[in-house]
Amino acid sequence: MAYNHYILVCGGTGCESSNADGIYNNLITEAKAAGVLDKVQIVKTGCFGFCEKGPIVKVLPEDSFYVEVKPEDAKEIINEQIVKGREVPRLLYNKTKRSTESVEEIQFYQKQLRIVLRNCGVINPENIEEYIARDGYLALEKALFSMTPQQIVDEVKASGLRGRGGAGFPTGMKWEAGLKAQGDQKFVVCNADEGDPGAYMDRSTIEGDPHSVIEAMTICGKAIGSNQGFVYIRAEYPLAVERLKIAMVQAREAGLLGKNILGSGFDFDIEIRLGAGAFVCGEETALLRSIEGKRGMPTPKPPFPAQSGLWGKPTIINNVETWANIPVILTKGAEWFNKIGTADSKGTKVFALTGKVNSSGLVEVPMGTTLREIIFDIGGGIKNGKKFKGVQTGGPSGGIITEESLDTPIDFGALTKLGSMMGSGGMIVMDEDDCVIDVSKFYMEFCVDESCGKCSPCRIGTRQIHALLDKISKGTGTLEDLEKMKEIGFAMQKSSLCALGQSAPNPTLSTIRKFEAEYKAHILDHKCPAGKCKNLVTFEINEKCIGCGACARKCPANCITGEKKSRHVIDQSKCLKCGECFKTCKFGAVVKA
Amino acid sequence: MAKMSLEDLRKLREATQQQIKKRDTEGKTVQVIVGMGTCGIAAGAKDTLDAFVKALDEKGMGGDVIIRQTGCMGLCQNEPTVEIVMKDMPNIIYGRVDAKIAKEIVEKHIIKRELLNDQILDRPAGDILKK
Repeated sequence: MAYNHYILVCGGTGCESSNADGIYNNLITEAKAAGVLDKVQIVKTGCFGFCEKGPIVKVLPEDSFYVEVKPEDAKEIINEQIVKGREVPRLLYNKTKRSTESVEEIQFYQKQLRIVLRNCGVINPENIEEYIARDGYLALEKALFSMTPQQIVDEVKASGLRGRGGAGFPTGMKWEAGLKAQGDQKFVVCNADEGDPGAYMDRSTIEGDPHSVIEAMTICGKAIGSNQGFVYIRAEYPLAVERLKIAMVQAREAGLLGKNILGSGFDFDIEIRLGAGAFVCGEETALLRSIEGKRGMPTPKPPFPAQSGLWGKPTIINNVETWANIPVILTKGAEWFNKIGTADSKGTKVFALTGKVNSSGLVEVPMGTTLREIIFDIGGGIKNGKKFKGVQTGGPSGGIITEESLDTPIDFGALTKLGSMMGSGGMIVMDEDDCVIDVSKFYMEFCVDESCGKCSPCRIGTRQIHALLDKISKGTGTLEDLEKMKEIGFAMQKSSLCALGQSAPNPTLSTIRKFEAEYKAHILDHKCPAGKCKNLVTFEINEKCIGCGACARKCPANCITGEKKSRHVIDQSKCLKCGECFKTCKFGAVVKA
Repeated sequence: MAKMSLEDLRKLREATQQQIKKRDTEGKTVQVIVGMGTCGIAAGAKDTLDAFVKALDEKGMGGDVIIRQTGCMGLCQNEPTVEIVMKDMPNIIYGRVDAKIAKEIVEKHIIKRELLNDQILDRPAGDILKK
C-alpha cells in the first residue's frame, strides 16, 4: 500500500501521560471520517526525546514538527494537512517559519547524534517489519552466517564500546571473558532495572525500539555460546514491558528468536523477569540473585558474573543502552563506531536532561560534548533566566559539577576526574534557588531507603550522613560534623560491598568540596543562602508592599494579614515557609531573610 | 508471520525499506511538489499525486524522493501544476499534469534527466514577484 503521508505520534510514557493516546485515536477517527485513512499511515512510535514540548506529532513528508498537541487538534491536522496539504502553523514548534524547521534545524536536535535512539520516533515499536526495514536483524544475519564467535567479540572489542550502565567497563573484554569461560550453560542478561531518580533513557529505548535489545542479546548468545537470555526490567515500566513482550512474540513467530534461528541451527530465547523496583537490584550481582528468586542483595566480586553469574554459570550482563549499540556496531563496523567520541570513550551517550532547564528531554550526544553544549545549546539554558549553579550527573551515585567545569568535554574519564561519574546518564540541572545541602540530603535519603542492609558501611553510613545533613539543614550542625561526614564517606567508599554504598557519599562529598562556604553559612551563620532549608529561612514583607493582597490569597496557612492598600504582615508562628508569597509577589516586597 | 529463513528476511527487508525510508528527510535530492490548492484538487491533483507515489514505488525510488503538497502556485488555468526540484537540474514547473504525464515525468525528468518541453511553465509573473 502506498501512503502519501505519515503521521508519527509519540508513544513514549511522557507523551502518553499527556494523552498522546487520545491524539492517536482521534487522528484515526478523523482520517476515517475524511475518507483518507488509506492515504495516510498513522504510527505510534517511540520517544522523540523532546519531552519538554510533548506530546509530539510529526507529519511526513513535509516534516512538520508539531508540539504540545491536544487530541482536539487531530481534526485540523487531518483536514488541513492530509486533505488539503496545508500545515497547521499554530502547532509548529517554530510558528513563524512555515514548512518547517525540519527536525535538524530545531536547536534541541542540533548537536545530537542518534545511534541508540536511532529508531525512537521513527518506527512503530510494535511492528517488527518496520524494525527490519531499518536494517534490523542485519547484524544478527552477519553474526550467525558470516562471523565466528571470536570475530564478533573482536569487533565489539575494536569498537571501544564501554558499558553504559555506569562503571564503563569495556564491553568487548566482558564478552571475551564470557567466551573463554568454561561451562555447560551460559546466560545473557539485560539490565533494564533503571533506578536513578530522573533517568529514563533505558525505558525510552525499550519502549521505542525493543527489537534492538533482543537482536543484540541474541548476537551475544552466539558470541559466547549461550542459549538463554533474561531481561530484568522493573515492573514500574508497564509500557516498556508490554512492548518488549510484543516484540518477543513477533521475533519468535518470524523465526528470529527461539529454535533454529533463520535456519542457522542456533537456538536462543529470552525470558522477562520483573523487578520490584529496588535500586540495589540495578547492581549486577544483586540483580542476578533476584533473577534466581533470592533476595536482591549484592555478592562480593570477584568472581565476576562472566565467570560465575546466574546459578554459578558464566553470565554476560549489559545495560539496555549498551545492548542497543551492538547491532549498529556490527552493521556499520567497529571502525565507523570508533571514530565517534573521545580517546577514552567511544560512541554516544544518552542523557536524561531534567531539572531547571528550559528544554528537558532525552539527549543523545557524541562522547566529548561539553556540559555547556548540553545544558545551554541543547537544553536552552536555565529556566526563568536564573543563574546556573551546578549539574548533578550520575544521580545518587554521582556528584555535582559547577560552572568552571562546564567546558570540559565529557566522557567516562573526565567525569570521574571531576569527582562525579557517568552513571546511567541522569543529568539534573540546579539553579541559584537550589540548596546543595537540601539536594545532598535528598540523595542520601534515597540511599538510606534503598540500601539493602547487607554490609554495615552502607547500612550505617548512609543513615549517619543523612542525620548529619539533617542537623546542618536545621542550623544545629557544627564544623566537626563536616569532618565527620568526610570521614564516614571515605570509609564507605573504601569498604562497602557494592557500588551503591561505595558511591552513596559522592553527592555529599562533592558538594562539601565545591560549596564549602554554603555548608559553613548553614553551620556558622545559621542561614541558607538559597532559601531552601525551612528552619533557616523567614519570609518577611518590606515597605515595597502596596497591599494588593495577592500573597494573602495564595497563602495556604492564612497567616498573611493586612488592610487593603497598606503593608501586610506575615505571622511567623504560623508560617509554613512554603515560599508561595515570595513567588506570587510582583513588587519584590516579599523577601527571604 | 511464519518462520523466516535468511532469504525471507532479506526479501522482507528489501520490500519494506522503501516505505520506511519515506519517513526520513535526510539525504534526499529530489522533491516533487504538487499544487494542491482548491483549483489543483478540482483539476485532479489528487490523482496526480497518487500517480507519482505509484510510479516512484514501481521504479523502486519511493524512498529517495520527497513528495510534497503545496498550495496554489498561481497558475490556476494550467492546474494540476507540479514542481520538480532536484540537484543539477533547473527547478521546473509543469502544468496540466495528469496521471499519464506524472508517469512520464518520473521516467524522463527524474530518471533520464530530460525535460518534458511541452509541459513546462514558467514561474508565475516572475517580474512582479521581487524578493
